[in-house]
Amino acid sequence: MKWRLLLCGLAAVGLAVVLPHFGLAAEDPGAPAPSPTAADYPRIAGMTGRPVVWALAQMHLFLAAFVLAVPMFVVAIELTGVLTRDERYDRMAHEFMKISMAAYAFTALTGGALALALFLFYPVLMGYLLRVFDGQVLIYALLFILESLLLYVYFYTWNALRYGDRKWIHLSIGVLLNAVGTTLMFVANAWATFMMAPSGVDEAGTPLGSVWAAMQGPLWNPLNLHRFLANIAYGGAIVGAYAAYRFLAARTAEERAHYDWMGYTANFIAILGFLPLPFAGYWLMAEIYAYSQQMGITAMGGVLAWLFIIQAVLIGSILLAANYYLWCGLMRTEGGRRFVPWVKYIAAVLVAGFLVWVTPHTLILTPQEVLAIGGTNHPLLGPLGIMPAKNTAVNMMLLATFLSFQLFRRASRTPTVPWAWIGNCVIAALYLAATLNIVGAGIYGYVTPTVYKVGASVPQVLSTLAVIVFALVIEAFMYRGAVTRPVAWGRMSTRSQYALFVLPVAFTWLMALMGYIRSSVRTYWHVYTIMKDRSPDAYIPTIGEAGNFITVITLVFMAVIVFIFWLSQVGDTRQQAPAAEGGR
Amino acid sequence: MTFLRVTLFSLAVLLAYTLFANILPQVQSNPPAEEEIELGSLDRAGQIAWGERLFSGKGTCTLCHNKLGRAPDMLAMDLAEELRSRIEDPRYTGAAKGLEEAEAFEVYLRESMLEPSVYVVPGFGKKGTQDRESPMPRVDVPPISLTPTEIDALIAFLQDRAGVEITVPLPAAGTTAAAEAGADGEEEAPATTPEEVIDRYGCAACHDLDGSGADLGPPLAGIGARLDREALRRAILDPDAEVAPGYEPGLMPGDFGEQMRASELEILLDYLAGLDGGEPKP
Ligand code: HEC
Ligand code: HEC
Repeated sequence: MKWRLLLCGLAAVGLAVVLPHFGLAAEDPGAPAPSPTAADYPRIAGMTGRPVVWALAQMHLFLAAFVLAVPMFVVAIELTGVLTRDERYDRMAHEFMKISMAAYAFTALTGGALALALFLFYPVLMGYLLRVFDGQVLIYALLFILESLLLYVYFYTWNALRYGDRKWIHLSIGVLLNAVGTTLMFVANAWATFMMAPSGVDEAGTPLGSVWAAMQGPLWNPLNLHRFLANIAYGGAIVGAYAAYRFLAARTAEERAHYDWMGYTANFIAILGFLPLPFAGYWLMAEIYAYSQQMGITAMGGVLAWLFIIQAVLIGSILLAANYYLWCGLMRTEGGRRFVPWVKYIAAVLVAGFLVWVTPHTLILTPQEVLAIGGTNHPLLGPLGIMPAKNTAVNMMLLATFLSFQLFRRASRTPTVPWAWIGNCVIAALYLAATLNIVGAGIYGYVTPTVYKVGASVPQVLSTLAVIVFALVIEAFMYRGAVTRPVAWGRMSTRSQYALFVLPVAFTWLMALMGYIRSSVRTYWHVYTIMKDRSPDAYIPTIGEAGNFITVITLVFMAVIVFIFWLSQVGDTRQQAPAAEGGR
Repeated sequence: MTFLRVTLFSLAVLLAYTLFANILPQVQSNPPAEEEIELGSLDRAGQIAWGERLFSGKGTCTLCHNKLGRAPDMLAMDLAEELRSRIEDPRYTGAAKGLEEAEAFEVYLRESMLEPSVYVVPGFGKKGTQDRESPMPRVDVPPISLTPTEIDALIAFLQDRAGVEITVPLPAAGTTAAAEAGADGEEEAPATTPEEVIDRYGCAACHDLDGSGADLGPPLAGIGARLDREALRRAILDPDAEVAPGYEPGLMPGDFGEQMRASELEILLDYLAGLDGGEPKP
């Protein structure tokens, strides 16, 4: 089943790579970018290209993000298992990998379908991109084959290379697999960033002869980092849902304990990838502004501005769900109960931050509403709508989430080092200083007359990061030789598990939404400033239209994921041999 | 059972997000039309009106030049005064120095559009360049890609706002330009009658107009007798510049200039200017 799907995918990719070369041989490699006319966009079976390509690209990205991310934390968990000599880690890593394997064939299949659809519906654009990126597609195809090989070798040698030196060989294969996978993603990103901010070509789009220069656009590295982190968060969220489902369906106490622990780890991974994500987002946005202020404003202040309100709601629900799950987890230990009273304060910070974040800057209102409020900006809430307030809110929310984590870690351990109280004071002081700094910089950012309020966000980001890094370091020393109390894995409410379903749903939807923004900032250009989109789909759809479309893609993806979970489970079940004679 | 419950829960979450996306304001952004229209017959007033449309339409100038402080708010500031001070600034080294005023404005405006970094208005430069580099894009290259005739029209519009003589030539017979239908991303077609305009922008919710009886703003019946066309234009585009005595500033929305099409504004101005207190026209 899996193999056949994979073969189909490979064949499709192969075709997609080879076919266009026949048609393109005639095109002069040194010519400027072509200028397609409305006739260059075929309709196939009455469909225009965009919905098909949009859906396939998004499906492929969901799956690819997942299968690229899982081996990353699997290798980390496997290594933890070796270092701690705790077999449970190895079992969990293997189980994560099994889910990812089932998804891999689908990734290849959607990738092939996407490539085909692109060439069928956008032949002129794809022809041009192939010309700019010259032989790079072949490297991409090679990397893809290498990735497939390594993935299968890594998975199927798991038990053969289980202990001692052999385990290190296995880990090395895993590292290699991740190196190839990450390179693969970076190469693919270059095409997307070239279309947003072309480089390596002149003003008319004539390639200047260096594929490397075309790859190194101003947005390439920010996008690489952003996708790298988001993939980890996304992968964690999806395997978390798997664990939560198995937890709910578990029949025995051991099973419950195992899947509770797996769910906790997955949530941890998701949040770990998620915490630095807003900062990567700032970097990407700052580079977009630096590349073209017009593009930046189109994204943040023009037709697309409302999307960031939706983004805030999604991120808010992700943070609330993840924290809720952690708070429920405090009940797993005796020591955790004493932290329960703190939860309401953390919750208050989160909710307050969330509310500030969703306060829109300029409200688009009916005149009656304008009257009621007294202007298009609310006199009191107005200042909360601008960037410094939002940055303050997001940093406070991240700090609160990190605090939830720390509380959970502390719940099961008591430090024995004599300076523990000093350590605690230092950590508390760090939080206090960071809070003052974040709020202070927020106020400063609000009162500075400059239009570049982004500057004030840097000390805020640094404060948050400093707390996370220093607190982790101090705790690492403080909890050396600490008395650990057992964690009663499995002692979790049913309700808590639903938080683990909010994460993947929200992440999936959010990812598709951000994909829509990323493509839309190009407005009516295929390749910004170089090649116009003259297809009937060159407009930016309304948020509602895009939202509905995204929901449909998400639904399909959820169905695929359920199927994948089922596939990875069905591999473990073995039908009973029929009884010898006249069994029934 | 578990499966069903989990599925329903996930669907509910998904539905909530979808609903949220659907209750926000819905705007579709269309690419600028590429049809050509004939410009040869344009007179001065037509050129100025065209420049105004370019300013908020194809030129995308209002994306930055608005009241949010991203760039000098040219529609709100005293343009003549500001331009004069720019050209007199010792930091200014462009070609407009020493020219006679109307001509100096033309040169300065053209320079601002074609070589924005020649002079950067203090405080608006790219970050970290000490106002040596302008974040303003050149308007004659993609993505804005204005033609020389379009740039002339913009200059005519801005010179008109600054109240100086217009020195750019009219479009020569035979020149064409892209029709700008649908360029500004609104789905609705422009309103074509004064009633439609008033209805769409809700003027009657605050003003006593056509018997609406609202009293949050001054009654507009007979307004044409008090304010002329230009004063009306200012009152609508920049309501807080002069506040009608006895009324609150800040109440009348300041962004009609961004929301309205130029054609709608003209229709509205014609209509209001005609309300001279005699017999209110329908
Ligand atoms: C991406 C944002 C952006 C866009 C779009 C933009 N501008 Fe600007 N513009 C600026 C900034 C920022 C400044 C101030 C810095 C400077 O002087 O260059 C400026 C300055 C100017 C000036 C000089 C103003 C003064 O007070 O001296 C003129 C004239 C001007 N722009 C005209 C235009 C026109 C006409 C358009 C549309 C065709 C336009 N701009 C589009 C950002 C923009
Ligand atoms: C939210 C309420 C509100 C809406 C909507 C509104 N206005 Fe006003 N308007 C006011 C107020 C209050 C004033 C008086 C303060 C001022 O001059 O800014 C005013 C002043 C004016 C004046 C100047 C009157 C004078 O006597 O000087 C004009 C002209 C005008 N509005 C036209 C319009 C038009 C045309 C519309 C629709 C496009 C409109 N207004 C929509 C509240 C409103």
